[in-house]
Amino acid sequence: MTAAPAALRRPGTHNLLSPARDALAVAGRNLNVIRRSPRLLAFSTIQPLVFLVLFRYVFAGVAAKTLPGIPYVDYLMPGIFVQVTVFGAMNTAIGLASDVQSGLLERFGSLPMSRVAVLAGRTIADLARNVFVVALMVGLGYAVGFRIHNGASPFLAGLALVLAFGLAMSWVYAVVGLAVGDPETAQAAGFPVLAPLVFASGAFIPVSTMPGWLQVFAAHQPVSYTASAMRALVLGGPTSTYVWQSLAWYAGIIVVFAPLGTWLYRRNV
Amino acid sequence: MAADATNAIVVERLTKRFGSLTALDQVSFEVRAGTVFGLLGPNGAGKTTAIRILTTLLRPDGGRASVLGLDVVKDAAAVRYQIGLAGQYATVDEHLTGRENLRLIGRLAQLRRPEIRAQADALLTRFGLADAATRPVRTYSGGMRRRLDVAAALVARPPVLFLDEPTTGLDLLSRNELWAVIRELVADGTTVVLTTQYLEEADRLTDRLAVIDGGKVIADDTAASLKARLGSSVVEIEMADEHASASAAAVLAQRPGLRPERDGNRIRMTSSDSSAVLIDALHTLDFSQLQPTAVQVREPSLDDVFMLLTGHRAEDAEPAAQHRTVSGVAA
Repeated sequence: MTAAPAALRRPGTHNLLSPARDALAVAGRNLNVIRRSPRLLAFSTIQPLVFLVLFRYVFAGVAAKTLPGIPYVDYLMPGIFVQVTVFGAMNTAIGLASDVQSGLLERFGSLPMSRVAVLAGRTIADLARNVFVVALMVGLGYAVGFRIHNGASPFLAGLALVLAFGLAMSWVYAVVGLAVGDPETAQAAGFPVLAPLVFASGAFIPVSTMPGWLQVFAAHQPVSYTASAMRALVLGGPTSTYVWQSLAWYAGIIVVFAPLGTWLYRRNV
Repeated sequence: MAADATNAIVVERLTKRFGSLTALDQVSFEVRAGTVFGLLGPNGAGKTTAIRILTTLLRPDGGRASVLGLDVVKDAAAVRYQIGLAGQYATVDEHLTGRENLRLIGRLAQLRRPEIRAQADALLTRFGLADAATRPVRTYSGGMRRRLDVAAALVARPPVLFLDEPTTGLDLLSRNELWAVIRELVADGTTVVLTTQYLEEADRLTDRLAVIDGGKVIADDTAASLKARLGSSVVEIEMADEHASASAAAVLAQRPGLRPERDGNRIRMTSSDSSAVLIDALHTLDFSQLQPTAVQVREPSLDDVFMLLTGHRAEDAEPAAQHRTVSGVAA
C-alpha cells in the first residue's frame, strides 16, 4: 500500500529489550551530567549534612525526655535517611524541567526510542545519586554517634526500603518537572510539598507529641511509615506491618504517577 | 490510497489550533524525494508547527501528513526511524562532549555499536569538530553548537531531514559550510525540509518552497519563478514623509513599466533592469520636483515577497508563539 523509496531505513536493533536499553542510555547521560556538576553535587550533599548536625545536637536534649531508653541520634538517623532521599527527588523535577527548557526532550521525542525511557532514565539516575548520598550519610551518621542495634542485614534492607521510597517520589517529581517546564519553578514548586511531608511526620520526633488533628495526617503518610519501618529494622522490634504499609504506598505512588508522567511526556513531546 | 513513490512527503489540509490561535490552516504541499523543500515565512507563521507535526512531536487537529508513505500520527513510531531533526534551538547536552552527544543520539536511534562510533567520528570530522570532540559542549561557540546539532540529526543517516531555521545565529562562514553539507546530502538522495526567514537562503538551497503567512500557504512555487515574478532586484526610494511618498507613488505609477508599491515613507519597485528603472524614476521625480531622502538598489527580501503576494510586509505574527513549554503552546 505504501510505495516507499528504497532508501527506507530499517528499524535496526529494535526488540523487547529496547526500552530498558534506552532507559539505561538516558540514565548514563544523566549520571554523566551529575558527575560533571561537582559544585551542585557538593552543595546538595552539604544540605543533609547540615540538617543532620543541627537536629542531632539541637533536639537531643528535648528528645531525651520523650524518648527514654534510646539515644536520640539512633532515633533520628532513620528519619534523616528518609529525608535525604525524599528531598533528592526534587532533582528529578529540576533535571527534567531543564531538559524541557533546553529542547533536549524535543530531540528525544523525534527519535525512535521508547516513550517511557526518558522518565525511567531520569529516575534511575536519581536513584543512583541517592545511593551515593545515603552511603555518605551512613558514614557521617557514624561520625556523630549513630550505631546499628539489630545487625547489618536489617539495616541494609532498611536502606533499600528508603531508596525505593526515593524512587517512587522521583516519579511524583517527574510529573512536576514535566508540568512546570522550567527548573526554577520546579524547585519552587517542590519545596512546599516536601517540607510538610517530611516534617509533619515521625521522621524526627514521635507523632504522638503532635496535636491530634496533625496526628491524623502525620501517622498515615508514607514518610512516617518508611521512617517507622527503617527504625524498626535498625533498633529492633516488629517490622513487617510498617514494611508492607510502606511498600503499598510506593506501589500506589508508582501506579499513579508513572503512567501520568508518561502520558504528559507523550502528549507534549 | 497509495503514496506517490516520487513524493517523500505529502501534506493534506493540515490544521492545528492552539486555543483561539490557528497556527496551521488547511496547509497542503508535497515534497519530491531527493529535493530540498523550503518553508518560508516570518516568525509565528506556522513553519515550526508544520515541522513539529511532520516529526511526530505534535498531533494535528485536522488533515493528514505522511513521510515516505508513513502516516505521522498512525505510524509515528515508524516515521521516527526515517527522520532526522535539528530544531530551532541547539538541542545538545551542555555537559556532555561533542562525541558523547552524537553517541547518545546513535544509541537512542537504535544503531549498532560499531556503527555509532564510526558515524559519530565521521560526522565530527565532517563538521570540523574533530578537535573539539572531547570537550564539553558548554565550551563550544554558538556556531559549533549549531553544527553539532545538525550533525546529531544525521547520526542515523535518515532519508528525510528536517532543519528548523538551520542557519539562524550562524556566521557567514559556518552558514556557507552548512549549505554545502545540505547540498551534499541531497546529492546522496536525502530529502530535506528546511524553514527559513531569508529569501536568499531559500533561493540558494531549495528546489521548491511554500510561502507561509498566518498559518496559510500563500505560494507554492520554485524560488526561481518567485524571483522572476519579483524581478531580480528592488529599487527602493524613501521620501521625507507619507504625504510626499503618496505624491511620488502617484506620479511614478503614470510611467509605463514602473509598478510602485508604497509602504509608509518608502516606495519599492521590482524589476529585472534596475538601472533603467532607477534612471526613469529619478527623472520622473525630479520633473515633478519631488526629492527623495534616500535611494537604494538591492536584492529582493522576504518582505518584498510578502508585498508581492499579500500587499503587506512580513511581520512577526506572534512572537510569544515561539516560546515553548512542554505543557503548553508551541508555534
